[in-house]
Parts: sequence; C-alpha cells; structure tokens
Amino acid sequence: MAQSKKQRFYIRTAILAVLTIAIVFTIYSNLTKEKSAVLQEGDKAPDFALVDLEGNQHRLSDYKGEGVFLNFWGTWCKPCATEMPAMDNQYNVYKDQGVQTLAINIGESDLKVNSFKNSYGLSFPIAIDQNKSVMQSYNIEPLPTTFLINPDGRIEKIIKGQMTEQDIADFMEQIKPS
Amino acid sequence: MDKIVCTCGNVNPAGTLLCESCGRPLNKETADKKLVDMRYEGSARRSQTYNKTIIDKVWNFFSSVKVGVWLIVIILVAASIGTILPQVFYVPATTEEDIAAYYERIYGTFGTLYYKLGLSDLYSSWWFQGLIGMLGISLIIASLDRVIPLYKSLKKQKTKRHTSFLKLQRLYGIGNIENGEESIRKAEEKLKTMRYNVKREGNALLAERGRFSRWGPYINHLGLILFLFGVMLRALPGFYVDETMWLREGETLYIPKTDGYFLESKEFIYETYSKEESEEVFGDAIDRVGTIAKNYQSNVALYKGPEGAVAGHLDDLTFEKEAAIQVNKPLKFDNFSVFQMDFRLDELASMTFQLQDKLTAESFGEFTINLADPEPVYELQNGSKVEILDYYADFTGFEDGVPQSKSPLPNNPAFLVKMYTPEFPKGETSFVMIKETLEPLGENVHKIAFQSVETRDVSGLTIRKDLTLPILMLGGLIFMIGVAQGSYWNHRRIWIQRLEDGQVVIAAHTNKNWLSIIRDMDAVSEVANLPKYEDQQDEDSKENKEEGV
Repeated sequence: MAQSKKQRFYIRTAILAVLTIAIVFTIYSNLTKEKSAVLQEGDKAPDFALVDLEGNQHRLSDYKGEGVFLNFWGTWCKPCATEMPAMDNQYNVYKDQGVQTLAINIGESDLKVNSFKNSYGLSFPIAIDQNKSVMQSYNIEPLPTTFLINPDGRIEKIIKGQMTEQDIADFMEQIKPS
Repeated sequence: MDKIVCTCGNVNPAGTLLCESCGRPLNKETADKKLVDMRYEGSARRSQTYNKTIIDKVWNFFSSVKVGVWLIVIILVAASIGTILPQVFYVPATTEEDIAAYYERIYGTFGTLYYKLGLSDLYSSWWFQGLIGMLGISLIIASLDRVIPLYKSLKKQKTKRHTSFLKLQRLYGIGNIENGEESIRKAEEKLKTMRYNVKREGNALLAERGRFSRWGPYINHLGLILFLFGVMLRALPGFYVDETMWLREGETLYIPKTDGYFLESKEFIYETYSKEESEEVFGDAIDRVGTIAKNYQSNVALYKGPEGAVAGHLDDLTFEKEAAIQVNKPLKFDNFSVFQMDFRLDELASMTFQLQDKLTAESFGEFTINLADPEPVYELQNGSKVEILDYYADFTGFEDGVPQSKSPLPNNPAFLVKMYTPEFPKGETSFVMIKETLEPLGENVHKIAFQSVETRDVSGLTIRKDLTLPILMLGGLIFMIGVAQGSYWNHRRIWIQRLEDGQVVIAAHTNKNWLSIIRDMDAVSEVANLPKYEDQQDEDSKENKEEGV
C-alpha cells in the first residue's frame, strides 16, 4: 500500500516534470528565437574568407590571437562614410598592436568601392562580400554594424550605427591582445 | 484510503463505485440511484480519490475535464482577440518604434493599447504558449487518469454480474421464462450471428461488441498530443526555416539558413494571357483589368559550396542542378523548398552610350556599362576611351557639390566620366545622368550620348524547410482515426442471466445509439424467449412529464 503510493508519487512527479520542462523549454526558445538567430556578444565569430581590393585573402581564423575590428558598410550609407576617416586613423595606431581592421562592403561594384576608398584615402583592407554570405552569417542590419572580435575569436561587442573616433579608439583598446 | 472489498470477494481500488468484477454498487449513493452512471464503468478515477501531496493536487487540477474545458474556452477567447488587429508579422515596419507608430497611426488609441498590451504579438507571447502547454498537460493527464482504470475494469469484467448491477442498467427486464436455459442458448446463437462477442459462465451470458470504440477519445487525444509535440519541435533549431531572398537575373547569392547552398538566377519569366489564346475564359476579364498573369517563373541554377567551406569568397562552387521555379512548383533540395513568391520587373541592368562630338555628332564608338559592375575604363576606336571616375547608382542630387546616392540599387544611375580622344589626350570631364549632362570643369567638345538600356528582373523567393510536417500529419491522421472510432462504432453489451428462482434477467448498455441496441435485442427476442425489457430512462422522463405540469 505505502509502496504503491510512493510509486504513484514518483510517477506523477516524473510525468509532470517532463511536461513542464518541455513546455518551459519551448516557450523559452520561442521567445529567444529572434535573438538567438542573430549573433550575440560572447558567441564565436563565424569564420569567413574574403579577398580585399589589393588581392590579399583575409580569413578570420588566421587572426586568432589578434583582435579584429570588423566593420560592415556600404558606400551609400552616410554614417558609414562619416566614421571611415576616424577608423583609418585608429587603424594606423593599432595595426602594430595586434588589432586588425577589416571593412566589408555589402555587394557593391569594385569600381564604386575603389573610388570611395581613393576619395577618402583609406588604408585599411576593404573586401567586398559579393554573394552576401558573410552578411547572412553575421545577420547584418542595419549599416554600419561593427563587430569587435577578441583574440579568442569570440564576439566582444556588436555596435550598430555610427561611432566617434573616441569610441573606435576605446573599442580597439578593448580587443587589444594582452 | 482503503481498498474496497466487495461481497463477491473482489478487491477494488478506493473510490470505485461499481465492483470491477461483479458490478455490485459499492456505496449506498450508487445503489440508491435509479440508473447507474456507466461512463467510466464505475471505476475509480484516481484523480478524484486521492488528494494529498502538492503533486497530487497539481495532478488533479489537470485531470479535471472542467479545467480542460475552461482552458479551451480561454484559449479560444485569447486567440480571437489576436485577430482583431493585424499581428506584428503583417505590419510593414521592422523596428519597435516604427511598429508602435504604425499601430497608433492606423488604429488610434485602441491600436496603441493593443500594442502596449502585447496583443499585437499574441501568438508568440509566453502566456499564450503557456496556455497551449497547459492544455497539452491537461490532455495527457486527463486521458491517463481515465483510460487506465477504464481498461482495467473492462478487462476484469465478469460475465456473471450481480442483479443489483443489472437492475441499474437503462435497458432492463425480468420475468419467468419456461425453459430458460434453452432460451439463453438460442439467444447466444443469434447474438453470434450478429457479430457479438459472446461469453458464457454458468447461467450467465455476456454479449459484447465494439469495445474498441471506447478507446476513441483517447486515440484522438493521442493525435492531438502528437500534433502539439510537432508544433513544439518548430522551436528547435534546424526543424523550421522560413526566409525570403531577392535574386536578380545573373546574380548568384547565398541561400539564407542553408548549409552552403547558392542560387543563380538565369531568367525571370512573367507571362500574361493574350486575348487570342483565351478569349473564352479570360476575354471579359482581360477587357476589364487589362492583363491576367499566366506564369511567374524563375529559371535558376543551384550550387553548393565546398564541404566545410567558410562564408565569403567562394570560387569553387559545384553545380547541383537547374530548375524552373513556378508558383507552387518549388525547387527542392536537402529538405528545403524554394518558392516563387514575388517579383520586380525591369530593374536597370546595363546602359549603352556613344562617345560623340557635340556639334557634328560624329561617333568615337559605343560602350555598355554593366550597372552592377562598371569597368574603370572602356576602350573605344582609334585610341579614344572613356574612364569612369565614379558611379552613383541611385543618384539623388548634390550636397555641398558632392553627388549623393541613396542606395546601391541602379534606380537612377549617374557617372562621373573622363573622355579621351586623340584631340584631347588629357581628357574632358563630364557628369552623365539620365537625360542630362553636367560639365563641371568647363565646356566640353565631346559628350556621352545615351543609346539604349537593358533591364533585368528580380525574383522574390521564399525559402522553406519544415521537418515537423510529417509529425503534424500523423497527429492529424491519428486524431481522425480516434474520432471515427468513437463516432461510427459503439460499445454494446447485453447481459442475460437465469436466476436460481428460475426467473430470467436481461439488461443492456451501450455508450451511444440506444435505438440500435434495442433493435438488436428485439431481433434476439424473436428467436429466443426472453422477458420483456424496457428503457428505464424513458420511464423516468415520462414520470417527470406527468409530475411536471
């Protein structure tokens, strides 16, 4: 008698626990679905390989041990253009301190990106994401979006929108290898 | 709580109303009723009997049919509230502020309230999903609590039931029959021909058919639970994908959420019905609305990137297949389907110009600019050339003397060019727009004359993957089987017993369709001599009527 009551208690507890866990998990993952589809700070940065305007290949995983300042931009995007000169200044400050700057243009023509680069006198590497696969894997929206990738290859911070030169300097400092 | 030992010796679980074995009423209340409630065979629904620990209390809450019905009502009301205004998903805005503004602008104060209360995204809210989850728990627990005791008592039931049980059945008759045993034997034969399952035990007979219809409701719950489980799986990554992409003719793009697949658009085809070919069917309609679409089609090629490749510059794509995607005829690969959903016609693709002498219109040659990828220099005849200094795809005007482009789409292309001719080896600068040319560095002798334009179409495609569909379909099928099982069959039982004093008792029960079981009994009575039986509930209602008015 006592045996069966105990058994019943355990069975009921087990069934209720399984059902509750399943439902809580479902609701939780549904609520965070939008967010989890997008990369978050602390996630591993998806690897990619792009060839820049000079013809050099940049593969993200090759920069392990260095910080990567990854900027997504377009020539038509005004805030992107505004922050470019500041980025260039800071690139020159931090490039020898183990912080790599890489600007990824979203599928524009070589001519346009080149003329933009020349008119602003930019020296950091710029690559064009022709088939938009890098953009897809980083879920870029809106432009500009900047990813700070630390020397471990994890996303330190995601910045949406324009940055000031001071911001850029602070961010590069943040991912500088120690 | 103690088990109940019946006079017949059977030990019943606490809370049992009718002895599982002989059918005797086990408490006074049941015995005093005119008819017995046969819904769960008088078995002990455990939920109603124990109520001790918190677990038991929670269990009993979900076991209650009343609670289940209330959950359904609440879900119905909530779900219908979600249909008053369009849900966020259908609102043409992406950021939180835009969405809030949209609801306020279109639906006023009510819209704002609706949005603030979160009703604009009701079906994804935690509480709505929680309600569905609770309904799922209720389905499982209420079914378990009923189907197990029901199964046990139907399995345990004896052929020989106590007369007190028979007396409480709705169809009941008792009388002196000569040669009772002979009658029962004849009834047995007749019932067998009527596809009853007949059992004998001494003087008692039990004929039963359609017991499996009693499982109908539980089978149908099982289907529902499976369905809910399938819906639940959509929350897991990899089970459900619903994405869109715009693909221009000639472009190769990564297909979102796929494992390294790329799609190239070869051609988009839009066809309409001509009046000649379908005068009969669409003639009037064409007169009325102008055009009727006949076909939307994207001719595409599917490629796969190298195994384990990373995103980015992928040169070594392997060709998988070509396909013509039409409405409802998707391209299928790897559990994904790519559907034709939308299109944009005639986006500018390339422009052809001629380098001319302004006065004489003498030509120095033609060149075509691919608007998606202009070349830096176009070499023409006799050492003439045109250099493209800059390109503005979506030109909107000048700001502080600097040309502006508001998007990368070639909606209004403009070029800053330098024209070289043998006459002007240093070049002349010109700003070329559609229908207009500026000469920022002084008067030129030459000009870029627009010749023609080529356009390309854009396919709007939807990428779908749903691994839960087979589960949802199986759930639906099982649900329907359960419904059919419970609706088109019924569980009929006829008890006949010769008592020690020589009287014969007949009683019958069915879970529905009483008319048919009475017909069955009438058919048996024709061949076997049985006591007269009557519907005791009918009698009740007769009495009630007489007493009533």
